[in-house]
Amino acid sequence: MVCYTRPVSNLFSDKKVMSEKVGVEYNVDGGNFTRAGYASSEIKKILKKLNVDMGIIKRTVVATYEGEVNIVAHAYSGTIYADIDTERVRIVLRDEGPGIPDIEQAMEEGFSTASSQVREMGFGAGMGLPNMKKNADVMNISSEVGKGTTVEIILYFKQIASS
Amino acid sequence: MIYNHLSLPQILNNPSRVMEMQEPGEGKCPEKPDKMKVKNLAEVLDARIVCGDHLADHAIEVAFASDLMSDVLTLKNDNVLLITGLANVQTIRTAEMSDISCIIFARNKKASPEMIGLARENDMVLLECRYSVFKTCGLLYQAGVQPIF
Repeated sequence: MVCYTRPVSNLFSDKKVMSEKVGVEYNVDGGNFTRAGYASSEIKKILKKLNVDMGIIKRTVVATYEGEVNIVAHAYSGTIYADIDTERVRIVLRDEGPGIPDIEQAMEEGFSTASSQVREMGFGAGMGLPNMKKNADVMNISSEVGKGTTVEIILYFKQIASS
Repeated sequence: MIYNHLSLPQILNNPSRVMEMQEPGEGKCPEKPDKMKVKNLAEVLDARIVCGDHLADHAIEVAFASDLMSDVLTLKNDNVLLITGLANVQTIRTAEMSDISCIIFARNKKASPEMIGLARENDMVLLECRYSVFKTCGLLYQAGVQPIF
């Protein structure tokens, strides 16, 4: 597993009104670009209902959407699971697909194995995973060639008390 | 003062005219023109608003032009106008995730009924314009719409 953590300064807002944990899961079809973005859109609606800060919502859904497009573009099928509590939103994108042979290489901006169909849709520029990392506070990737990939991202709602 | 009535070629060919238009004491910093509204965009571009008429008075501050949605998803700004020649459902989805509420489809690209439905769900305004992306950007820049960078 490869773990990326971004600095926790200037990230957070204290605007948050939530009292209970929320968990949702969506199926994602590989190759179905018509439906790509549906899960991210639903997660955005939930975060808005929970009055999460708009900046954090944007970062969350942009990262989730990048991951959702990756599943549609590269995998056979997948799931997107979101759980939200009073501290953070955690998204787990799990797919059954070819997997990533070299995660470090896949994280390089500009590296892409996307098909021409994916590029025609406006993606496949090798910016998806790097942009997920930029938007998330924590990002973990694990992948097994021939089986699939799991990406976990976490965004915190509030600055962790400095010690 | 505002010199938007001068065309871009007029300014480029004779920059002194811009200075001549300024009144004494105005210095070198002309006033910024009023923020453009969606309805003004439509006039400048001879564009058609295909959905979101109720947002005709929505003010536009900055614009970004791209056919690459991956680039659009890296923008941090709010209230961005997107100019693109890429007309598919993922253009609308990308705008949804990026909090973009106004899209101009240039090069005579058309929004499909599915795209319009999704845009309505997300309270967006879509415009169709027959000009190239280059000309669209030039006209809007001349009219005072600012770039992001």
